[in-house]
Amino acid sequence: MKDSGLRGRGGAGFPAGIKWSFMPKEDSSRPSYLVVNADESEPGSCKDREIMRNDPHTLIEGCLIAGFAMGAHTAYIYIRGEYYLESTRLEAAVEQARADGLLGDDACGSGWAFDVHVHRGAGAYICGEETALLESLEGKKGQPRLKPPFPAACGLYGCPTTVTNVETVAVAPTILRRGADWWKQFGRENNTGTKIFSISGHVNKPCNVEEAMSIPLRELIEKHAGGVRGGWDNLLAIIPGGSSVPMLPKHVCDTMTMDFDALREAGSGLGTAAVIVMDKSTDVVEAICRLSHFYQHESCGQCTPCREGTGWMFRLMQRMVRGEADVEEIDMLWDVTKQVEGHTICALGDAAAWPVQGLIRNFRPELERRINEYKQSRQAAE
Amino acid sequence: MPKLTIDGKEIEVADGLTVLQACELAGAEVPRFCYHERLSVAGNCRMCLVEMERAPKPIASCAMPAGEGMVIKTDSDVVKKARKGVMEFLLINHPLDCPICDQGGECDLQDQAMAFGLDHGRYKETKRAATEKYMGPLIKTIMTRCIQCTRCVRFSTEIAGIEEMGLLNRGGHVEITTLEKAVNTELSGNLVDVCPVGALTSKPYAFNARPWELKKVNSVDVMDAVGSNIRVDVRGREVLRILPRIHEDVNEEWISDKTRYITDGLSKQRLDRPYVRVDGKLKAATWDEAFSAIKEKLSPLKGNEIAAITGNLNDAESMLALKDFMGNLGSSNIDCRQDGAKLDSSNRSAYLFNTSIAGIEDADAVLLVGTNPRWEAALINARLRKRFLEGGFKVGMIGEAVDLTYEYEYLGAGPDTLKEVASGKNSFAKVLKEAKKPMIIVGMGALTRKDGAAVLTQAKTIADKFGLVQDDWNGFNILHTAASRVAALDLGFVPGEGGLDVDGILEGAEKGKVKAVYLLGADEIDTSKLKSAFVIYQGHHGDAGASAADVILPGAAYTEKNGTYVNTEGRVQLGRLAVFPPGEAREDWTILRALSEQIGEALPYDNIGQLRQRLIEVNPVFAAIDQVNSNVWGDFAKTAGDLSSDPFKVAIENFYMTDPISRSSETMSACTEQFVLGKEQGVTGTNG
Repeated sequence: MKDSGLRGRGGAGFPAGIKWSFMPKEDSSRPSYLVVNADESEPGSCKDREIMRNDPHTLIEGCLIAGFAMGAHTAYIYIRGEYYLESTRLEAAVEQARADGLLGDDACGSGWAFDVHVHRGAGAYICGEETALLESLEGKKGQPRLKPPFPAACGLYGCPTTVTNVETVAVAPTILRRGADWWKQFGRENNTGTKIFSISGHVNKPCNVEEAMSIPLRELIEKHAGGVRGGWDNLLAIIPGGSSVPMLPKHVCDTMTMDFDALREAGSGLGTAAVIVMDKSTDVVEAICRLSHFYQHESCGQCTPCREGTGWMFRLMQRMVRGEADVEEIDMLWDVTKQVEGHTICALGDAAAWPVQGLIRNFRPELERRINEYKQSRQAAE
Repeated sequence: MPKLTIDGKEIEVADGLTVLQACELAGAEVPRFCYHERLSVAGNCRMCLVEMERAPKPIASCAMPAGEGMVIKTDSDVVKKARKGVMEFLLINHPLDCPICDQGGECDLQDQAMAFGLDHGRYKETKRAATEKYMGPLIKTIMTRCIQCTRCVRFSTEIAGIEEMGLLNRGGHVEITTLEKAVNTELSGNLVDVCPVGALTSKPYAFNARPWELKKVNSVDVMDAVGSNIRVDVRGREVLRILPRIHEDVNEEWISDKTRYITDGLSKQRLDRPYVRVDGKLKAATWDEAFSAIKEKLSPLKGNEIAAITGNLNDAESMLALKDFMGNLGSSNIDCRQDGAKLDSSNRSAYLFNTSIAGIEDADAVLLVGTNPRWEAALINARLRKRFLEGGFKVGMIGEAVDLTYEYEYLGAGPDTLKEVASGKNSFAKVLKEAKKPMIIVGMGALTRKDGAAVLTQAKTIADKFGLVQDDWNGFNILHTAASRVAALDLGFVPGEGGLDVDGILEGAEKGKVKAVYLLGADEIDTSKLKSAFVIYQGHHGDAGASAADVILPGAAYTEKNGTYVNTEGRVQLGRLAVFPPGEAREDWTILRALSEQIGEALPYDNIGQLRQRLIEVNPVFAAIDQVNSNVWGDFAKTAGDLSSDPFKVAIENFYMTDPISRSSETMSACTEQFVLGKEQGVTGTNG
């Protein structure tokens, strides 16, 4: 797995092989756990759903491999509560695997005891954060834990745990079967392999597609999603990796390569590779305001900057939509996002701050235009 | 021992410290709200962010373990900006109603906003408000002021051991709540102390005073035998509130609700002038008239016709003065055990909490006999719970199966079970035997019975048999409920040769053999038996003793005198005068000194210094202030007697009313209604 250079598909892009190797050697006093994060709640993202809906057995196979690799005898799949159909299919697949002896005390006849449990979440976005997921799995309120200690040292029930994304686990069997070199022929260095892209928004054919990493953004959209509605020139902006990453304006999209490093350089991120396409009919301020609403609604309320900051950002954004603000307040909004970013326990604060930052960075003239327009309309009314 | 560099200063700190603690050691101030050194780390306020070299973003110093070679900056621009940001966020939804907030002047949020915040607000949106929460008769809530630091939730679940308190909802809508239930723990007042803002404040103290108006006097509590260290805040002649003082070996930084909230009882039902009974009715009198009335009655009596009983709240000085006074009158009928506890005063280790309160943390097993530490000594129970939570601590209980906030093995109800343990038949005997540092705690419920002496003998047998007493460990503990008891036993305030004990005195008074009884704050006796005797009551509250009295001498409550107290572990502590006694009332030892001049021989001390010299003469332990000495383990409790098989009853039936002061307190009677009689006052909405 290390050789393949596979980077975690959950969003942060941490090398999966290295992460798995953080698990301590099996010790008899504490069990190790594999926890699969299937709480796919990122707006725009639906890649894991596809795997669990249509090919749940791959995921179970991946669990066996990953679990054995890290010395775990138990895997929990924490599935998003809204994925009802997927959870029933997954549970059916687990039952089938048990019946066939692929899971159990002697999994696949290997002598290795291994079992998989499916656990349904209750609809909180924050439970997709790995430590909040563990809290929720333990039956507590879904609030992220402080790190360190990291889950590999002290995770589920205080035992060594690796939390990993569905796609990362599900792709492991293929990599092992075909070899690291085969995997590495896709993409480019440090950004190897294939990736499921969820393309939504103003495209002619929204879809999920597995493509090689480092594919040009324009090619991805035109080849698989039938192109932008009204043609590429009708494009306004794209959010390349789910709601948590800053948007890219059209001129950047023209030449963008879809992988971790290229997007980071462009000031955005690959995230979950949920490509949200917005054409020129979009009210981009309203769109980001809607995302701000989402984050203030989903903030767990534990730590101050996120609890207070997300609400403030949303209320400011609401005024920005109407233009009912001062031009200086754009800078203040920027300031607020900076006060949230990097000061929170988990990454939700960053995720809430980045879309707003992306908006200000790329569409500041639009914000100013609204503010002036509003002012003029008020003056006219008076 | 990791070495860190903090603000350019290298410092080596002990293992297991956090970065925040290391910064403090290095002299760098780190602001914080959620961090509290006695609670678990939450890391949620984000006020303590500091910059760490090689870390991509500021770290929460309260949650980061100090590591070798860390380079920390607490005064860089990044840090200052982060603090300003967090401060601003905390204030955007805070009502900023400091002028009408009881926390004003001692508010962490106020202080830190001054030191680390912005000078103006930028928030123009509407503020969030939270509905009022009902938390019982002691805690006032204004939850709009809450900054969600969760200190209160952590205190109640970790220290107090109740689970009613929690954080509801998500994001900006999070609220601390008890779901409209009163916080049912005898430590609830500490929630007011841990709350860094004005969200939880003291209900009885509401709108009474500002902190800068108060005179602060360090003293010692007498509501139980723990000897909690307190600070008495007074304005003019009134005690307005009582707060804990830190004493790691006694109360850490908590006090019980009774200690904290009896303040209103100190100004009610007070005896503020002498009274003499004329024609069956108590009439106000002058000191001279009272003394003459006493002289007239006592002079013709022989020594053995006079007796004295002391109460639970007395200082050592007044008890010694009374003892000396009785000695001069030739009486040996004196007793301090008004509850009739069969305590053996021949050996100091026979009546002390020998393990010491801090010593509980080293123990690995405990047998509780006839006690409910949660009510008899709430802070000792908190210590037991603290030890229990660390794990590897087995608790066995003989007596009433009360809720102690931690798990225990219930062994049985009475002496029969105790006997089984002593003879090794009970499974818990094995636990004690195998434990390295086992304890037994014998409560007053087990000793105030007819067969108390036999119970004590059984407890001693257990201590000897199962290695509870070792060279460097004494696991034999008596848990007192009366603050004055240990000092009285140290002074030998027990019947002398041929003297009568409490039961004997009461019986003698009933039969006419004892003709005069001096009650020094003794209210917990059956006063109906004193009808035919001449009763002198010296004390501060008009309670049972005063209503049975023929002469009342008004004394001082514990906040009104300089006195010495010895707690259940044998620790000598000094209480200090915070306000003067009301009206004609005087400090107690001076009353006895003045009376002695009228009757018989004047006591040989003219000031408290001389009296304290006399204390040390009688028992050298009074010279060692704030020390716990190990005592020689010797022979005691040899008289066996028969054990009855009646189950042990706990000594305290109502935690909130155990003495004249708490019985006079309206706050305590509200607590009694709520928590003991179980009348839930469930109020909702905007009830203020």
